[in-house]
Amino acid sequence: MNKIFEIPMYSYTRSKDQDAMTRKRHPVVVIGAGPVGLGAAIDLAQQDIPVVVLDDNDKVSFGSRAICFSKRCLEVMDRLGCGDVLVDKGVIWNTGKVFFGERKVYDFNLLPEDGHKMPAFINLQQYYFEEYMVNRVRALQAAGKSIEIRGKNKVSAIGTHDDHVTLEIDTPEGPYNIEADWLIACDGAGSPTRRMLGKDFVGRVFEDNFLIADVVMEADFPTERWFWFDPPFNKGQSALLHKQPDGVWRIDLQLGWDIDKEKEMKPENVISRLKAMLGDDVEFELEWVSIYTFQCRRMEDFRHGRVLFAGDAAHQVSPFGARGANSGLQDTDNLCWKLKLVLDGKADESLLDTYSAERVYGADENILNSSRSTDFITPKSAVSRLLRDAVLDLSEENEFARPLVNSGRLSVPCIYDGSGLNGADTDKLPAQTRVGSVIADAPLGDGFLSERTGDRFQVLAINCDVEPVTAKGVQAEVIKLETANAPFLQERYLGDQKAAVYLLRPDQIITARWLTPDSVAIAAAMTQAMGG
Amino acid sequence: MSDLITTPNIVDADDFYAELLTAHEGLSDAESNALNARLLLTLANHIGDRAVLSDALNVAIKAGRS
Ligand SMILES: Cc1cc2nc3c(=O)[nH]c(=O)nc-3n(C[C@H](O)[C@H](O)[C@H](O)COP(=O)(O)OP(=O)(O)OC[C@H]3O[C@@H](n4cnc5c(N)ncnc54)[C@H](O)[C@@H]3O)c2cc1C
Repeated sequence: MNKIFEIPMYSYTRSKDQDAMTRKRHPVVVIGAGPVGLGAAIDLAQQDIPVVVLDDNDKVSFGSRAICFSKRCLEVMDRLGCGDVLVDKGVIWNTGKVFFGERKVYDFNLLPEDGHKMPAFINLQQYYFEEYMVNRVRALQAAGKSIEIRGKNKVSAIGTHDDHVTLEIDTPEGPYNIEADWLIACDGAGSPTRRMLGKDFVGRVFEDNFLIADVVMEADFPTERWFWFDPPFNKGQSALLHKQPDGVWRIDLQLGWDIDKEKEMKPENVISRLKAMLGDDVEFELEWVSIYTFQCRRMEDFRHGRVLFAGDAAHQVSPFGARGANSGLQDTDNLCWKLKLVLDGKADESLLDTYSAERVYGADENILNSSRSTDFITPKSAVSRLLRDAVLDLSEENEFARPLVNSGRLSVPCIYDGSGLNGADTDKLPAQTRVGSVIADAPLGDGFLSERTGDRFQVLAINCDVEPVTAKGVQAEVIKLETANAPFLQERYLGDQKAAVYLLRPDQIITARWLTPDSVAIAAAMTQAMGG
Repeated sequence: MSDLITTPNIVDADDFYAELLTAHEGLSDAESNALNARLLLTLANHIGDRAVLSDALNVAIKAGRS
């Protein structure tokens, strides 16, 4: 087994808070050092907000979990200082093959769009993703930022108050208590915080089991994604083969609902299944095997007073379409700048309700997409299977049927159409960069727009001049850009117009845009984006 | 209503109907169902227009209610 599972990344050490006479109050406490909790903590620390992360474990994520990280997630991670290391280590693939029964029905090339710093997605083991984030935390600490991860700190009770939260924490050396002005619960799908607060988590369970195996092999399978519907080695079910770094392959085998989990998990049974799939002569070693049942569900509201839920704690999706960690990082991307404005006294607390509204909207889109993929992959009625098989039969010779084949859709960020924070828009500018969208990246001389933006309000003054803008005591940075040698910028931000002004939120969401500069209008849109 | 045509539109309708039946000849129920499904998807793609497809679906649903 890979050693990385066993190495403590943030071993327990006694904190001063455990010996304090009165409970120490922290501005922000995060529960959970998974990808989402770490994302929140790094984001806040980068903004000079002291943050404490509590985790009942002290190691990276166990076993087979996320492997596919999408472009938006990578852009967020780039802003958090981990983008390049992820892309360097990750595997990029463009070709996918679809099999139905005994035959390959078609293959496809994703043809990635040019002019973006980040690829459409990478494959990478979740434990690397987390390891790089912990390294980033260490780098921030070395740079003097106030960020702490407390391993083997298990939150056992939470008290909610109008203006703070109290936490009881169990450690190897006994319990202690702290307080937080704000609590971010990133404690995973089984969220103890959610349970302790007695909040709902409703949705749909897919009555199916999947065997997820990570195997190490020296096989020369190409770097492609292979998906089988009803393959001979797993009759009536589905299978997926996907490459990860270090010669590790992810294999998903659908098992059906009525199975004996213990029996299926036995190494000899797993190995014989894998042999049937990979061929008898392929040498491999099991890195990890787990059986999962998938669910799609979310909390009704991601904010409960001073407690904010993010990641799997707030919403859970089936993994088809890779939306769990990807959307969790978009949660904290949305949350952290709002929390900073509230902590700095620049915005009203109600701004945090827009975190819930916007991310509930995002979660619903993710749940919709991953439910649709799951329904296609694991049809639950005779007619659903009939239609699914008809699509697959047609797909071999008819291009028109291929877009209907749904073995998971690429995770793309939602567009906050209709968000209460949005300002003016004009349909004379490209639809791709309409208000509510994440910025579309574009090369700028020796760098990228995505590298120049984020962390603060910014005004893109494209082929025009904008006076400095301040709203509610916050100054927007004006970035003057020319499209003369920047065709992607022209295409994505101007279309057939000569000039434009874009207002960006600190999470790189386009919140208003105009054809001509008007400082009063920009300030008004900024005020709006800060909750009015 | 969208542009869904609900007035007779097939030239030589009897001939088309016969061709449809011939296509199903000798097929098991499962094979016939599969053929219908493939035909349905092929026609739906030809139509393409989402509003027309929804209206067609509703016509079919309504006609099946007794
Ligand atoms: C088979 C599989 C494949 C997947 N594939 C993908 C994919 O390709 N792409 C993708 O984006 N996502 C994928 N996911 C989903 C992804 O793994 C999760 O969405 C992601 O881990 C969620 O991160 P999180 O930080 O919200 O929660 P978690 O990673 O679950 O972290 C929660 C943390 O909270 C801690 N904790 C819990 N209770 C307490 C407590 N009482 N006190 C202190 N700490 C506590 C835990 O120790 C843990 O460290 C996949 C999941 C599975 C199972």
